[in-house]
Amino acid sequence: MFINSNNLSAFINDARVRNIGFQVLIIGALAFSVWWLMDNTLTNLENRGKSLGFGFLVQTAGFEISDTLGTWLFDYEVGVSSYTDIYFIGITNTLLIAVLGIVFASIIGFGVGIMRLSNNFVLKYFATVYVEIIRNVPLLLQLFFWYFAVLGVLPGARNQLEIWGGLGGLNITGLYLPAPIFQPGFGLVFLAFIASLIIAFVASRISKKKQDETGQGFNLLFIIPALIISITGVTYVIMGSPLDWTFPEFKNTGPIFKRGFQDDAGMVLVPEMLAVLLALTLYTAGFIAEIVRAGIIAVSHGQTEASYSLGLRPSITLRLIVIPQAMRIIIPPLTSQYLNLTKNSSLAVAIAYPELVSIFAGTALNQVGKEIEMIFMVMSTYLIISLITSFFMNWFNARVKIVER
Amino acid sequence: MKNITIAIVAIVAAAVGYFGGTSMNKEAPAPAATETETAAVEATLNAVKAKGFVQCGVSQGLPGFSNADDAGNWTGIDVDVCRGVAAAVFGDASKVKYTPLSSKQRFTALASGEIDMLSRNTTWTMTRDTQLGLNFAGVNYYDGQGFLVPTKLGVKSALEMDGANVCSQTGTTTELNVTDFFRENGMKFNLVAFEEADAVVAAYDSGRCDVYTTDRSGLAAQRTKLANPDAHMVLPEIISKEPLGPVVRQGDDQWFNIVRWTLNAMINAEEMGVTSANAKSMANDNNPAIKRLLGTEGTFGAELGLSNDWALNIISQVGNYGESYEAHVGPNTPLKLDRGVNALWSQGGILYAAPVR
Ligand SMILES: N[C@@H](CCC(=O)N[C@@H](CS)C(=O)NCC(=O)O)C(=O)O
Repeated sequence: MFINSNNLSAFINDARVRNIGFQVLIIGALAFSVWWLMDNTLTNLENRGKSLGFGFLVQTAGFEISDTLGTWLFDYEVGVSSYTDIYFIGITNTLLIAVLGIVFASIIGFGVGIMRLSNNFVLKYFATVYVEIIRNVPLLLQLFFWYFAVLGVLPGARNQLEIWGGLGGLNITGLYLPAPIFQPGFGLVFLAFIASLIIAFVASRISKKKQDETGQGFNLLFIIPALIISITGVTYVIMGSPLDWTFPEFKNTGPIFKRGFQDDAGMVLVPEMLAVLLALTLYTAGFIAEIVRAGIIAVSHGQTEASYSLGLRPSITLRLIVIPQAMRIIIPPLTSQYLNLTKNSSLAVAIAYPELVSIFAGTALNQVGKEIEMIFMVMSTYLIISLITSFFMNWFNARVKIVER
Repeated sequence: MKNITIAIVAIVAAAVGYFGGTSMNKEAPAPAATETETAAVEATLNAVKAKGFVQCGVSQGLPGFSNADDAGNWTGIDVDVCRGVAAAVFGDASKVKYTPLSSKQRFTALASGEIDMLSRNTTWTMTRDTQLGLNFAGVNYYDGQGFLVPTKLGVKSALEMDGANVCSQTGTTTELNVTDFFRENGMKFNLVAFEEADAVVAAYDSGRCDVYTTDRSGLAAQRTKLANPDAHMVLPEIISKEPLGPVVRQGDDQWFNIVRWTLNAMINAEEMGVTSANAKSMANDNNPAIKRLLGTEGTFGAELGLSNDWALNIISQVGNYGESYEAHVGPNTPLKLDRGVNALWSQGGILYAAPVR
């Protein structure tokens, strides 16, 4: 008896047993909560005469969506396209904003971040004012500002501001640009372009290796563009120039609603998209600038001084000594900013840009009323996009990380 | 990898929890949901009585229908239905709290139990009635969809709109009707759909769209918010049927009846000439139909689970349908809407309420 209870208390006090025990408890509690919540949800739904199911995904949608990359890519047609198409159109438009926003916000953010550390008073002051304003005004307000106060005062639908001598145009209905028309054979040109990129990449690896070994590299600054242009260009000519352009067309005659920019010529970036992109880019850039500044400051000044005393120019010092070391501080918070930007794109619903939340979790949800299924799909989608972004950034972080010895 | 799997499970659980949680009836949190299911659903009247007010879903500001003034007082014909229900239940029309909702949010708010009833220029359609777990308790305004355009464009008919940019609000029947209309007539258009009504107005006013489309009553109301209301005109075409009315959750017949008969009482009162001014004295009228309505004969209130003077309270505090109409949307208001089809059946309209008998 005595020995037994001694064994038992030893068992209970064993750290490993305790650990496993707690884990089992937590997982059990989690599983129970999931079951309970699901059961509760199902019961309540049943009481309201509603059921769970994804059958709505094959129903056709009965509402128009404004012309955007998504509708173009999925050939949206009312009465033909399904709610599944709506879902993918939403994702496409969300991703478009996310990708463009991340690229532009990074460029501007790095620029402004470095400007804030510049010795040039004007640059520094400008950058500071920018960051302070952007970071302290709510994003939704900035969105409205760009949409209503800036893009909203452009010339009306039957007027335009010409750009590039009429190659493009701008008015309140959007930015009209020349659009490429790909002829058969363009696929090969594209392949050639990819191939040339791979060749250029290999060349740069070889050069780097040679530089590491002998201290002498090739002058890649000219070789790489030359490689890309010549390989792609030659294929392009051989294939018989398989690329045409259509240009925006502006009409001043005809029925009143047919005047202005024509539907079937060139391409249009609707003002809703421009406003979302502007607002998200500039907003996120403000935060990125601060992250970059902090990252650079965190690199010990001794590094810069050592570099100068070796005779390296300031630009090279920044590029080869400071930035690589700052990168490991910059990348983790930068990742959060990328995730924020992607998720913030859902604010676009306020100004009618048809992204995922707006058309799928909004318009479509209202027509079919499948709140749980649809919100679940949207949340999973954001989760997946975020996870992919994080994975990629972690991979990137591991790559640029300085190998410490 | 393992961490991530756990994270995903946790997030999914949280998600289900969140939505499971909101769809749970707040008044009766019932762990053993199956046992209390009928109670949970049919308890609206009791829950309303217990908390002491009716939580009513309204628009975010549609003059004449549901609109708040600077002091936060709500008025409009949709608001009067909410007030009528409060008068019927509590004998006090002021016992209402309002939840402003966009078109997109309204059904979820009702289904989840956030509000007790929805009275927000909502069109009765078959999909909404059969697929959303809701019931329409009647019609308080018969409407149809129309188009508003700047007069200077010189457009005379909706059939001239091929190629137009059209602004509307998301989550409405409007989007569907306008799409049908353009398809049917072989015309192309570009739909710019905003979540909030004020954004639609601003976008139309700035010229982003040539056309503003919604219910014609909505056009009359929103027009008052434009920079220069007189510079715009409503086109003659009516492209849809929009019977607007109050909505309740499916499955609570008692509450459904209360809302339905509140509206019926207001319409019947107008037909019988009972007004807010004379209701108290008419309760002793010789006409038995009036007596039944105002509770001096029969036990109609009790059958609804209310006191017998339920309708007397509605009429004396809120007024009959005609009074409400004239005060909020009629010819003497900024909306300037004629009674038209919304006149009583006995006066050339289609308003026809079942009798109290
Ligand atoms: N009757 C239509 C349209 C209702 C609707 O939402 N109309 C808009 C435009 S008039 C509105 O009321 N907006 C006011 C708001 O969102 O607060 C429906 O039920 O779908």
